[in-house]
Formats: sequence, structure tokens, C-alpha cells
Amino acid sequence: MSLTADDVNKIAYLARLAIDKEDVESYAKDLSGMLDLMTLMGEVDTTGVKPMAHPLDQVQRLRADAVTEHDQRGLFQAIAPQVETGLYLVPKVIE
Amino acid sequence: MYNKTITELAKGLRSGEFSSVELAQAFLDRIKQHGVLNAYITITEGVALQAAKAADARISSGNAELLTGIPIAQKDIFCTQGVKTSCGSKMLDNFIAPYNATVVDKLNQAGAVMLGKVNMDEFAMGSSNETSYYGAVKNPWDTNAVPGGSSGGSAAAVAARLAACSTGTDTGGSIRQPAALCGITGLKPTYGRVSRYGMIAYASSLDQGGPMTRSAEDAAILLQAMAGFDEKDSTSVNQPVPDYSAELNNPLAGLKIGLPKEFFGADLNSDMAAVLDIAINEYRRLGAEIKEVSMPNLKLAIPAYYVIAPAECSSNLSRFDGVRFGYRCENPQDLTDLYTRSRGEAFGKEVKRRILVGTYALSAGYYDAYYLKAQKIRRLISEDFSKALSEVDVIMSPVTPTTAFGIGEKMDDPIQMYLADIYTIAVNLAGLPAMSIPAGFINGLPAGLQIIGNYFQEARLLNIAHQYQQVTDWHKAIPNGFE
Repeated sequence: MSLTADDVNKIAYLARLAIDKEDVESYAKDLSGMLDLMTLMGEVDTTGVKPMAHPLDQVQRLRADAVTEHDQRGLFQAIAPQVETGLYLVPKVIE
Repeated sequence: MYNKTITELAKGLRSGEFSSVELAQAFLDRIKQHGVLNAYITITEGVALQAAKAADARISSGNAELLTGIPIAQKDIFCTQGVKTSCGSKMLDNFIAPYNATVVDKLNQAGAVMLGKVNMDEFAMGSSNETSYYGAVKNPWDTNAVPGGSSGGSAAAVAARLAACSTGTDTGGSIRQPAALCGITGLKPTYGRVSRYGMIAYASSLDQGGPMTRSAEDAAILLQAMAGFDEKDSTSVNQPVPDYSAELNNPLAGLKIGLPKEFFGADLNSDMAAVLDIAINEYRRLGAEIKEVSMPNLKLAIPAYYVIAPAECSSNLSRFDGVRFGYRCENPQDLTDLYTRSRGEAFGKEVKRRILVGTYALSAGYYDAYYLKAQKIRRLISEDFSKALSEVDVIMSPVTPTTAFGIGEKMDDPIQMYLADIYTIAVNLAGLPAMSIPAGFINGLPAGLQIIGNYFQEARLLNIAHQYQQVTDWHKAIPNGFE
């Protein structure tokens, strides 16, 4: 399985990850190498095998629908890149 | 005093031979003296001395625990309130954690004294500690060699006596592999045994925190304080925590040890095979019975892991978007530019590779062929272990194909680096507990023995490791220049 530079750019966009132009080819090579490793999986018949998501096959616990957290907005926003009057600031999204 | 075990240090603190403040200061001085190892990202001198003072008061009031006053290094993946928690990444270089990981809280409550935050591969992705934004850690046994990874700083700090013990995390071998390459004892507990709350996530279905120490006896003490159910971690398992030190001295007569033939074939390096042979013979002398077992799906562990781990990583790391915390690029043009450039500028190459592969494996049209397939294979691997562990009590194997390799040697070939994880990653896929203990040297560099047990059999593993450490001295060896 080999990926082209074009594929890498598409995947990088899906991941919202900027990649330097001069690095795209080397990512294409490394990623293709990783996908090659995975071809071994295709040789195994897994019909009827149940996918394993949790090693102990546990399911996510549910908890009572009660408030357990207190307001820590000030504390959390103290480490934010940009805030104003309690709001996180990002570049304008709507024209 | 920095050569003493946790039990010896606890005794010294109680008898008044030295105080916790003196002990912390001695380690802090050593950390500075051996800065060349690059083991620490942040040294928390003020926090340490304050905690040491409190520990001294607690000891003199008579309500101390074994870990009270014991200097510990925390892997920089565990959130520590008010202290930089970088996870080895430029992304979190400015991140002061607003809360403590449960593991950190528990160790603080036990009275352990945090000396600082230790270096690691960026977001725990790497097997050599070379992907850290803060530079490679050096192996105390040979400063031109890697300490292993991702918990490389933890392993180097313990081996060089820059902490009495440390915490680590293990997603594909990140406790056991550096423990082996640095000649220390490391334990990856059963998945769900130690809380993941506040432990920055890499691959959530595989990540597990554990102790890294100089002996099995010390590992039992540290695990005791780390383990337990946590309401705040939805994958935490609600099972009572046994007394991990209680079984240490049980005799091993009748113990059944399985050796997977797939790990002891022609591919095994002959020097490593010789080290393991001697170690296994030692177990024979201790009364163990050795049996060959077969685990035909082990060869699929690397492919399955390198789908599952990157897939989960691509999802987990999507939270680093330059909006709420962490790195943000200069002058973003629009929101997409803010996301892509913040992430592009702050993540290193290995992290990017894994995000890209994971994104690809989870993308429309490929999910079934990669992620779902890998999860099915994960079950086959887990069933291989169940079958083997129904025939024997524990499985033993190498930890690594070779001893520590040179810094820079494998950085250009990520696939070669991944293939070196062959002996450790199947354990994570199955969620089993496993240990790495020092078992000898090859050309002056430490080699490890892996002991894999059944779910929640940590006490048994510690017993098996401890009995070996009663009749061997490998775990007592000190690297040159660090005596």
C-alpha cells in the first residue's frame, strides 16, 4: 500500500495538521511503510471474531445525573492563549 | 543514602539517621550534578523541600506511611497542579496543570516527595526518548546510548540515583523497555488497575501507569500507593487492591513458567538468548518448571498495535487545537489556519506520523479494513495469552531484541524502531500485567527479563521477581560514575 503526496495532504487536512511542503514526500514514504506493516493483518481470517475494545471487555460505567463539578472557569482560562470577559477568543468565523 | 532502597530509606528516616529534607536536598544536588543526562524537564526544588518538611513532621508525629519522605520523580505525562506538565511536547511547553492526576494525589497523600518532572518521548510516542521536545535523555550506562522510551527520563533517573523511584506509563512497552535498557525494575499493571485520570492520554485502551524502581520490593511499595479504583476514570476497574508486599517471600517451588516458542526462535539475538537462558536456569534452581507454549498470533501484534494506537492518538490529540490551552501560532488568518498551524508548529515528526496514520485508518472507507480488523486481531492475541496462561502461571520472554542502541541510530527509520517493540506490545493489547527485571549485561549494557502474568496477578509477578532478586545481584549494579 503506498500513499502519494496528494494523499498525505488530504489526510493532513482531515487532521488539521500543517505539514511543511518539503516534508510531504518523507511522510508519504513513512506512512506507506507503516501501512505495509499492516498488510500482514489481511492474511488472517477474522470472520466471526468479536472486535476487542477494552481488554477486560468492560463497558463504560454510568453515574448518577448529579452535579459533581464546581465552576473553575477562571482557573482553566488562566492558561488559555486568549480570553476576554470569560470567553475564549478565536479568529472571526462568520463574515 | 541515595543508594538505599525505599524500605532502607524509610528506616533511616524513622531512626533519625537523616531527615526527609536532607534526603531531598541530597537528591536535588545530584540531579544538578548530573544534568548532562537530561533526565529532568522540570526540577521542583521548592515543592520538594516543602513536602519534605511536611514529611519530617509526619514522621515525628508517628503517622507516616512507607513512602512518607521518599523522593520520587514524576513522569511529565502526569498532571501536577501548579507545575509545568509538558508531556515532552512544545504543544504543552507553557502548560501549567490546573489539577493533579489521581496518581499524583495518591502519592502526595502517602507523603512521597516529588523532586521534579522527568523527560519522555513526546506524548509518550517513541522507544528511545529522542522524540522529546526537550532533547534526548542519555543512558547512565553509556551516555552515547538511548535510555529507551517513552519513560526514558524515569528509567535514567532511577538508574543514576537521581530519584529513589519514579512513575512511568506503558502503552506499548514504555515502562518495561526503558527499565530493561537502564537496568532497573519496571511494572506495567493490568489495564484499569491504576487510574488514568490526569495522565495525558495517548492510546486510551492501552495506556497504563506503573512503578519504576530499583527492585521488586520497591515496586510493590510504590504500586500499593498508585493502584486502586477511581471514580474519575471511566475505565478504572473496581477490584480490591491486595497487599503487594505480602507474597514477596513465597517460595517458587512448583511455579510453571511458559516460554513462547515464537519469541525464542532463530530471530532471537544470541547474546540475549544466552542472558535469558541463565536467568531461566536460575528459576529452575528456585523450583520452577519450564514449559514451551505457543502463541501463533504474536506476529500480528505490531501491525495491530500500529493501527489501534495511532487511531486512538489521532482522536485524543485532537484536543490540542490552540484554543483553550497549550501552544497557539502567531497571527492566525482564520480558524482553520489557527488549528492547522498551531498543531503543525507544536507537534514533532513522530507525533505527526501517528496522527496521520490514525486519521487515515479511521477515515471513511478504511475503518473496517484497519481499525475494526486490528480490534479483531487484538482479540486473537488476547486469546493466545488466555490459552497459554491456562497451561502455565507466567510467561517469560525478552523485553527488547538488543541492549540500548546509540543515540541517533534509528531516528531515520521509524519502522525499524517500531519492530523493536515486538516483545512488549502484545501485553498491552491483551491488557495483562508484566514486569521487566534486570537479568544481566551484554558488553556492559543491561538486559532485561520480561515476566507476564494473568489479569490482576501483580502480587504474583512481584513475588517471582523478588525471589530472583534474592539470588542475583543484577538489580544492584550501579552505572560507572553514579556510585
